[in-house]
Amino acid sequence: MSTRMRLAISRPTRGACGKTGSWRVFRPIVDLEKCNSCGICAMFCPDAAISEDLEIDLDFCKGCGICAHECPKKAIRMEREEK
Amino acid sequence: MLTVATGNKAVAAAVKDACPSVVAAYPITPQTEIVEQIAEYVTSGELKSQYIPVESEHSAMAACIGASITGVRTFTATSSHGLHYMHEMVNWAAGARLPIVMANVNRALGPGWNIWAEHTDAFQERDTGWLQVYVGSVQEAYDATLMAFRIAEHESVLLPVMVNLDGFLLSHSMHPLQSVEIRDFIPPIHLPHAIDTANPAGYGTLTGPDQYFRFRWDIERSMRDSVNVIRETEEDFRHRFGREYHPVEEYRCDDADVVVVAMGTLGKEAEVAVDLLRKEGVKAGSMRIRWFRPFPRLDLSGRDVVVIDRDYSFGFGGVIARSLAATEGAKPFSVIAGLGGQEVTYDDIAGFVRDRRPGEEFWFGVMPDV
Repeated sequence: MSTRMRLAISRPTRGACGKTGSWRVFRPIVDLEKCNSCGICAMFCPDAAISEDLEIDLDFCKGCGICAHECPKKAIRMEREEK
Repeated sequence: MLTVATGNKAVAAAVKDACPSVVAAYPITPQTEIVEQIAEYVTSGELKSQYIPVESEHSAMAACIGASITGVRTFTATSSHGLHYMHEMVNWAAGARLPIVMANVNRALGPGWNIWAEHTDAFQERDTGWLQVYVGSVQEAYDATLMAFRIAEHESVLLPVMVNLDGFLLSHSMHPLQSVEIRDFIPPIHLPHAIDTANPAGYGTLTGPDQYFRFRWDIERSMRDSVNVIRETEEDFRHRFGREYHPVEEYRCDDADVVVVAMGTLGKEAEVAVDLLRKEGVKAGSMRIRWFRPFPRLDLSGRDVVVIDRDYSFGFGGVIARSLAATEGAKPFSVIAGLGGQEVTYDDIAGFVRDRRPGEEFWFGVMPDV
């Protein structure tokens, strides 16, 4: 490691705690008919699991639902994961 | 420039000279004058900072954390109950490796309600990962605040620094103050893990049992490295501005048979007591501990030691006395004096030395015999 790690920092697809998507109980489903690509969901995602192209990385999405709560078009719904 | 200033105004003047980008603060006695003065500097345009008046100390530290993590210089000030209201965020600032500088005006904790000097407030934050320095004069409050920014922001440290000054004894007493032209004494801040909007990330995220200890160790590694950074900074300060500081200020210790150890203004009072005792033929000296974290080494071998604690850890003892017992194997005469601003004169300190009983603890004003 070239730089010293001082603070736990997680980056999309390189999380500090492995693939946290396995913790998910509710999965975000995007209705592309309603989505106007405003990007607010990506801005609010606490794990930066939504890319600039608004693709949700399900390997890291913990299913917190903040994106669904913040979406002004109500284009994201949370569905329980099937076991 | 030579002026006359209170300890509070001296801290504010140093903050103006260090020019932090963000100051977030909440007033609390006896610190209020610091943040009021900084607000005046910002209003008058003398200090180009964002001043964020917040609704609590917890928010003050949280705002400093948010600002600092973008890579800018930040400052706040508090005291006593305010310090403990922000306790959670005090831990966060150190754990997130943010070089925030905070002035803490030492004040006792209630109840009984008391606004006067005591060190227990800051000692209760000793395990948070903050560096802590305690000053003995108004001039030193200014000088230590300037140095705090450089030490905190040094790449080998990147930890927050708390500058402590005794409530009222320093915060509200006026002394001569010589300010300096700092020029490049404090280099521009560079935070290697600052937020980069082009490369989004989650900060201080969940860290499991397989990783957490590594970050704790890195704090301790930086704490150890800070010893040299403090030495370099104090040496460069002396070189540039002529005033000399060390982690421990020794006074007439070379041939001393008995050494008084104290902090803050009591450490200065002890120097007067030493002069008095020397006139009586007692070979006394004093050591004023300035840096409490990282805790310094003291050369106490072969000497009687009298420790004055303006603090107490209930069920354990005076914090400095017990620390020196642990680090130096000292068996001090442990004096608990000055709690809640209790008056302690150099005559009293000379009395502690004359009637010392090594290995015992003595509560000044409570127990008889000294």
